[in-house]
This record gives sequence, C-alpha cells and structure tokens, in this order.
Amino acid sequence: MAIIIDKNTRLLVQGITGKEGSFHTKLMLEYGTKVVAGVTPGKEGQQVHGVPVYNTIKKALKKHPEINTSIIFVPARFTMDAVYEAIDAGIEKIIVITEGVPLWDELMFVTHARRHGVVIVGPNTPGVISPGKAKVGIMPGHVFKEGSIGVVSRSGTLTYEISREIVRVGFGESTVIGIGGDPVTGLDFIDVYKMFLEDPETNAIVIIGEIGGDAEERLAHYIRKHGLEKPVIAYVAGMTAPPGKRMGHAGAIISMGMGDWASKKRAFEDVGVPVARTPWEIGELLRKYLVK
Amino acid sequence: MKLYEYEAKEIARKYGLPVPDGYPASTPEEAYEIAKRLNCEVAIKSQVLVGRRGLAGGIKFAKTPEEAREMATRLLGSLIRGVPVEKILVERKACISREYYLSLTVDRSTRSIALLASTLGGVEIEELVKEHPEALMRINIDPSIGIKPYMARWIAEFFGLGKDFWGKLWNFIDSMWRIMRDLDAELVEFNPLVLTCDNDLLAVDAKIIVDDNSLYRHKEFLEKAFREYSELEALAKQHGFSYVELEGNIGILCNGAGLTMATMDLVKLFGGEPANFLDIGGGARRERVKEAVKILLKHPKVKVLLVNIFGGITRCDEVAAGIVEALEEIGSTKPIVVRLLGTNEEEGRRILEENKIPMYNELKEAVLKAVELSKG
Repeated sequence: MAIIIDKNTRLLVQGITGKEGSFHTKLMLEYGTKVVAGVTPGKEGQQVHGVPVYNTIKKALKKHPEINTSIIFVPARFTMDAVYEAIDAGIEKIIVITEGVPLWDELMFVTHARRHGVVIVGPNTPGVISPGKAKVGIMPGHVFKEGSIGVVSRSGTLTYEISREIVRVGFGESTVIGIGGDPVTGLDFIDVYKMFLEDPETNAIVIIGEIGGDAEERLAHYIRKHGLEKPVIAYVAGMTAPPGKRMGHAGAIISMGMGDWASKKRAFEDVGVPVARTPWEIGELLRKYLVK
Repeated sequence: MKLYEYEAKEIARKYGLPVPDGYPASTPEEAYEIAKRLNCEVAIKSQVLVGRRGLAGGIKFAKTPEEAREMATRLLGSLIRGVPVEKILVERKACISREYYLSLTVDRSTRSIALLASTLGGVEIEELVKEHPEALMRINIDPSIGIKPYMARWIAEFFGLGKDFWGKLWNFIDSMWRIMRDLDAELVEFNPLVLTCDNDLLAVDAKIIVDDNSLYRHKEFLEKAFREYSELEALAKQHGFSYVELEGNIGILCNGAGLTMATMDLVKLFGGEPANFLDIGGGARRERVKEAVKILLKHPKVKVLLVNIFGGITRCDEVAAGIVEALEEIGSTKPIVVRLLGTNEEEGRRILEENKIPMYNELKEAVLKAVELSKG
C-alpha cells in the first residue's frame, strides 16, 4: 500500500522546463514514476524527456485526466500561484520542493489546502518515495529499498543518510517522506504518523527530527494520548547545537521551553520511543525491536 | 530580518499607532539637539538588535539636553552584549501607569497567527507568564480570516480597561495586522505597551521581524538584509549559505540543516570540536561549493575540513568540481576529508580520484578521520 504515493500515482510536474524540474523529471522517469504531463506557462507544445508540456493545469488535466498528484519546482515567488492553481484544478496531493517560499504565502496556501482536504507535502521538502513503486521528489532513488519501515523527517539529506542505514541492516522502507524544513508545512509529524499506523505495509516508524519548533514534542504528546501502536524510533539532529538566536519574546512564550534537544529526547523517551544518538544506531535499534 | 526599534516605531507611527515623540541620533550633538527640541525628560535608547539591552545598561534617561549629550557620549560606541552601539533613539520619556504586552506572531504548530496579550509587560515576560499562565491571553487567528473587533474587546477586558479603550485597542491590533501583511512580518511586538499617567495607550518599545524569504518584495529592506550578521556570516548569507561560528578547529561543510547538525553532533561525539559549520543548502553548483570551501579553508581556526554531502538535488560531480577548483585557487595545504554520496556519485568520485583527493563512503569513517587529523 504505502502512503501518499504508490504505483497508481500519475504525476504532473509544475515547472517542468526549469533546470531542476527537467533534471528530476528524468530521474523520476528512470525510477519508474508515471510522469504524465508537465506545466510551464508559455512553454506549451514542448516535450521534456518525452513528457508533454502545457500552459495550464486545466489543459493538462483535459488531456490526461488520470493525473492525481503534482510536484512543484517553480521558483519561490511563483510557488503560491502554482499551489493555488493545483488546488483549484482538483489535484489532491501536491508535493512542493521549492525552498525559500515567503512565510505568509505558505501560511495562506497551507491553510487553504487543509480546509479543502488537499494533502500538501512541503514546502522545502525532498518529496516522497515509496521504494519500488514511485518516487515523487529529488532524493537519490538507489539509496532506498522496498520494505516495511515508514520514515518521516523534517530534513532532506539526513533522511537519505538514515534510510541508507535502514537498508544496510537488512530492512527497507514502505514510504519515506520529508515533511519539509520550513516553519509552516502542509503535513506534520502527527499527520504522517497516523497515515503510517493505517498502512498495513508499515511495521515500524522512524522519526527524524531536528531541534527548534515543537513538532517532535507534539507527536510525543499524541502518542501519549493514543498509545504506541507500532514500534517507533527517533533521531533528533542538533544535540550539540549552540542555543539559537532569540526571536523576540513571542517565540519564547510560544515555545515555553520546548525545542531543544533535551526536551525532544525526554518527550520521546517518556512515551517509550527510543532516541538514537547516531544515524547508524537507528539500524541497531530497529534490529533490536523488530528481529525477535 | 530584525528591524531596529526606531525603524519599527517609524512604521508604527505611519500606521497611526501612538509611540513616544523621538528621533534617532548618531552623534552626541544630534542627541543634544533632539532633546532640546523635545524640551522634556528624555529616554536615550541604544539601537542594537539584541534582547535585554536595558539590563545591560543600554537605556539611559536625561533631564536636560546637556545630560542627553553626556549619556549619548557614553552609549555611542559602547558595547551592549557584544554589539557596538552606532545609533541611539532619543525620545520623550513616558509617564507609565501600567505595562502590558501585545504581539502578533506566526505560530508554526497551529499554522496560524497568535495574538498574545499579557498584563505582565516588560523584559521578563516569558519567565513571568511561565509562572503565571493566567496573565497571558492567546488568540489563534486563521491567517485568511484575520483579526476581528471582538478581539479588541477581549483584550480590553483582560487588561481591565473600560469601553473607551475598545476603539484604541482595535486601532492597535488592526494596525499590527496590516503591518504583518504589508511587510511580510513574522513578528510585531509592543513590549511594553503602556497605559500612560493621562490614561492613554502608548507603545514604548516596538519590535518587528520581517520574513527573510519575503525580502525580494520589500526593496526598502533588501539592501539592509545582512546587517545583523558578522562579516563572515554576511558573506556566507550572500552566497545563500547558513553559517555558524563555533569554538573548535574542524570546519564542517554539508548540504541541508539536518545533516549539518547531525555531522556536527558526530564530530563532538567522537571527541572533535567544530570550528564552524556551513550548510550550502540545496542544489548548490560548483561555483557556490567553491566559495564555501574557500570561506572555510581560509578561516584561521580551521585545521581540518570535513565535507559531508549527500546528493539529492545537489549533484556530487558539481560538489567535487567545486572542491577541486577551490583547492587550485587558494592552494591550501590543510587536510580535507570528503564524504560524498547520492546523485551523480560516480562522476564525483572520478573527479576527486583524478585530483588525488581521498573520498569516504561511510560517515563514521570520515568523521573519525577528521577528528584524528584535528588532533595531529
């Protein structure tokens, strides 16, 4: 089954003619993802690695009604427009790779999407991969292997590192998803955690967090309320990071002491989620918990 | 990007909010002139982008223009929490009857704007509300709906202020909201917002932080964008890097914040000490990699450079080429440990091998090697 994307994913690439859009279209095609159309306003009629390009999503959908997912590579200043266009066209899953999107733009389109039941992954995400089925993102596909571990992360490259460790100790991944590194993201840890719980192919969940914000603490709180239904293992980057610069008093009032490594480690361990100290310790912990 | 108090107050004034009469000054003579013009007791406030400047001696008061000149002489050029004072704000000293706290800020976890109001305004606000949560009122606002007049009535009631303050508080939150939207701000904060002796509201301090990702649509801030950083940090920022200065002797160059922090954690775990870390971000081409390698190798504290790149949108061949070009350009003899994996990994390996730069596959080995070299 996997989550968010699988072999039924039919993909639209927004910003397909750009440097990153076209390069990663090629890599996604090579991985086996069904990329059926692309959109770049003003470039209709072109082809990118054999994928037809349209001016609007409306037109792309007319020609390819099977499209159910979109990946966005457009520059940050055009991202909000691209997301609204995708939502308005009725696309249900939107993966926003673009980094550097203005905060208020994110706030507006993320709340709009959630209100309309549209799944947004990102912005500033490596994307989603369900190994062996489809890859909708910029991650190096060969690092991952089909398996039963669900991975959810706030990071990009660190996710590749840890996924590689998971494969090395003999496991594989059901789905690997980067929720995005920005302050405001479409999906958060709790959303993805719930999806993994419902996915019969996922036997254990790896959470890759970072210092800052309270996404990890909120997940721990959710687990406390609902119980640990599948084994969960966490890693939190930033154990030795120097304390960050303060963001006015409001930031401190809102976070109320959450956000640092010790707080996140404590929150996880209190609900029975072990926290690995190195990326490779994740592999060891998985072995301990899953191989009886 | 943080705005200085005098800039934030100019903006507040433009949006019709009451702030003390005052002007910024860069010399004691200017401070004297302003105090003379205001013709009252003045506050002289260091314009620095660090918190708790009052406790660090950054705020003085003067009864006469002469005294203002003297205080200005003391403050200008002095260091407040390590930051030199280049400008001061000279303004009418407020007569304060009560102090409140009022802010709008982005609340990431609920994807909303939090309106925070407290009856415990002042520098210790976050400590105080931890002990007295009942002194904090929080309203979460859907960004697409915005503020509504009832919120002003709630705040008035919470502050213990009567009906005649409904309009005034509405004026405050309405203007704060418009500042947030017009300036793409992530924070608009008045602390303290005071009730004056003649029973009016006055914003005695103001703080505005503008979202860095939005600066391209605010030309007036764009040119000042890097001023709160050290020279090296600013240089790194201009290239699109995140750069942090630390105490040790191992330079760390990675792609992605998570991997950068994880690499730093590992270096420390294995007994090494990072000199700094630099995250080149996603999709860096050879030119940017070259600049990053140069910044780190040229740094006097860096004894060993540890490069840990896991290519996704970043391509290993571009990274390898950037490293080689940087080494050719500056001819550094400092040892460099490279760990490269991911997109176009084979190409990257070939380029490094041709240039006799050893490459590691395993993070653990690379970190151990870098730590060993840093102690040699």
